[in-house]
Amino acid sequence: MSHTELRAAPHQHSGNDVPVIMRNVVYALLPICVFSVWQYGLSAAALILVVTLACLLAERINNFVSGTASTLSDWSAVITGILLALTLPPSFPLWMGAVAGLSAIWLGKSLFGGLGQNPFNPALIGRAFVQAAFPTAISTWVPAFSLNRFAGFIPTTLTAPFMLPPDIKHWIKLQGLDAFTGATPLARWKFENVAASAMEFLTGQVTACAGETSAILILLCGLYLAVRKFLDWRIPVAVMGSVTLLSWLFHLAQPARYPSPSFMLLSGGLMLGAWFMATDMASSPITPRGIWLYGALIGILTVMIRYFGGLTEGVMYAILIANATAPLLDQFNQPRVLGAKGSKS
Amino acid sequence: MSVPSNFDEFLDGIWKQNPIFVMVLGMCPTLAVTVSAVNAISMGLATTFVLGASCLLVSLLRHAIPKQVRIASYILIIATFVTVVDYAIQAISLDLYEALGAYIKLIVANCILLGRAEAHAAKNPPLPATFNAIGMGFGFTLGLFAIGCVREILGAGKLFGISLFGEHFQPWVVMVLPPGGFFVLAGWLIVFAAFEQYKSKRIQGVPS
Amino acid sequence: MSDTKEKQTSSFEMVRALGLVSVICGIIIVGIYQFTLPAADANRKLALERQVFKILPDAKNVVTYYATGKGIIAAQGHDKPPSDAVVFYAVYDSAKKLMGIAAEASSAGYADQVRVLYAYDPEKQVITGIGVISMRETPGIGDRILTDKAFLENFAALDVHLSADLQSLANAVKTVKHGTRSGLWQIDAISGATVTSKAVGRGINESAQALLPRLLPQLDKLRKAS
Repeated sequence: MSHTELRAAPHQHSGNDVPVIMRNVVYALLPICVFSVWQYGLSAAALILVVTLACLLAERINNFVSGTASTLSDWSAVITGILLALTLPPSFPLWMGAVAGLSAIWLGKSLFGGLGQNPFNPALIGRAFVQAAFPTAISTWVPAFSLNRFAGFIPTTLTAPFMLPPDIKHWIKLQGLDAFTGATPLARWKFENVAASAMEFLTGQVTACAGETSAILILLCGLYLAVRKFLDWRIPVAVMGSVTLLSWLFHLAQPARYPSPSFMLLSGGLMLGAWFMATDMASSPITPRGIWLYGALIGILTVMIRYFGGLTEGVMYAILIANATAPLLDQFNQPRVLGAKGSKS
Repeated sequence: MSVPSNFDEFLDGIWKQNPIFVMVLGMCPTLAVTVSAVNAISMGLATTFVLGASCLLVSLLRHAIPKQVRIASYILIIATFVTVVDYAIQAISLDLYEALGAYIKLIVANCILLGRAEAHAAKNPPLPATFNAIGMGFGFTLGLFAIGCVREILGAGKLFGISLFGEHFQPWVVMVLPPGGFFVLAGWLIVFAAFEQYKSKRIQGVPS
Repeated sequence: MSDTKEKQTSSFEMVRALGLVSVICGIIIVGIYQFTLPAADANRKLALERQVFKILPDAKNVVTYYATGKGIIAAQGHDKPPSDAVVFYAVYDSAKKLMGIAAEASSAGYADQVRVLYAYDPEKQVITGIGVISMRETPGIGDRILTDKAFLENFAALDVHLSADLQSLANAVKTVKHGTRSGLWQIDAISGATVTSKAVGRGINESAQALLPRLLPQLDKLRKAS
């Protein structure tokens, strides 16, 4: 569907305006949400719902205070909410999820002037805020496919606002999983030097947030968006390419110390980050060379933080740092204007 | 224009020219020591004392100090009273001294102090100069206290060390870390700006 | 500026003004120093004793000593310690018997220096407890060294006995990964707070290596001193 009209360039419009793109991103995220709910049950569903509602509420309050028309219908707050929920542990208390949603919209988007003005990915800002605020809750994990996951909530989910989540060791024992350690694959690799196999990742038999357990599903959903040209395929390709290359080099040098590239690709939030977060249109570069450099930077930073940093996972900070460099990358990689002299003016 | 009364001078620093929320001065202690209400008030009062005492002395000596050596003299005077506060706090409470750390000594570099000495005390008689300085000090204290309260309530669930929400409160760790200082300061600045905007709109709306 | 041209300030006036300010400031500073000194000293002594009581609850009297290369000397008033001195505190009970030694260990943690006071039992040559003097570690993570029972258990009897030549510890104190403690001289780290746990271990090792070889041969002097 394309149409032309009489006005200054550009003359041709693909017909995909912001709500259309955003709605398709939501469609692409739905299968991942469903998988997450299937794995973790009611708690995961409640978390996705609450975080998304918090984002919508923040957006609405913002419209009200600034006296502008409602921007809920552009779907961007929904995407922020779903993405944010997918990066949180399924047992995350709902009130903390709401805090994450509010801070994502307010600190990540509204303060900078709303959609399109945000220098950072709002969902990651929200996650960074709760990671700093509630470091214990955000690193508490529960086993996937527990027996009673549809019969009730994980005890921590319904923590009263502003209160400490209860200890869930007892609850985990009730699930009949004795060997459960509560460590994500990346943490297990970092502290115990045990790398999970690709098979464990593919079947979702690992302990993690939804974005970490369904790498293949995310890949498929991302491909759908790439094929429909709703995201720039070069960014995820650059991220995954640089991660593969760098971790392969490390793996070659010291196979005992550094895990294989497939582990690096499948673990953590890499897939979700590469396909759905790094590709955020407002916070990524637009020049061709800038895009490649941006993707590569995310990949390199992720590997560096995972290998040498104090944290187990680095995708979030890697993307935030790369977001900050996006305007600079664009500035340095401006394509030559048609007809201009080759040298710099 | 009438000469402002001493009381007006005093109020100036608390509201119209609040050092933190309007002039945005003295950010170093504002962000660093406001993790609790007690620390914030102590820091504010220490600064108030240095401000009042140094402005009084500067004002008394304003005819004796030639322009060419005024900065050196003011800094010397300010440094003297910072030393006084430093010793006094050691004598009052060592815990407080440890909590405020290097920021007591850093009062000397707080731009509110030299700013007041240069812009006000050097040109005015002792009484208004002291009132203005103490008003500024209280405005500063008020600002620190506002930030300190929010950070202590969210960061520890306490106010003045008294637990507000019982022992099951989940502390927001980020609030006692440096980023918390930035977030809360920004929040208060928004509140102040919104209030000023509302006020100016209302004044414009009234036909004159 | 225009008015400086009109009225020249002589050098004498400038020097006089600065001199005047300096004299006033000097008097104020010296005055307040002398005035607050007794209270500040009392506060410092109180703070030290409070720290010592935390790790040696039955303590009655605390005496500050310097351990130097030549022997140990009692601290006197406000003397500066000799350049190579290690400060430690001899702790006596109500019967004036030497209960133990307290000394400070300090090392870089995650945010700032982690300073702890440890109690040393010279009879058994073990560390019997630690207390934190100051730290700025992340609340909820690093500051678990204050509260984590399993971690504090490490210091119930941490082995620091000297080697045969009395020059260093027989086994250096070392912080090991959580759950891998294999000797009485090792400290089992808190999982998730390894950096802070390591800082404690490193600080104690450095302090003990420097202090104990100087202290142990002189122990009789301390026993008689009270």
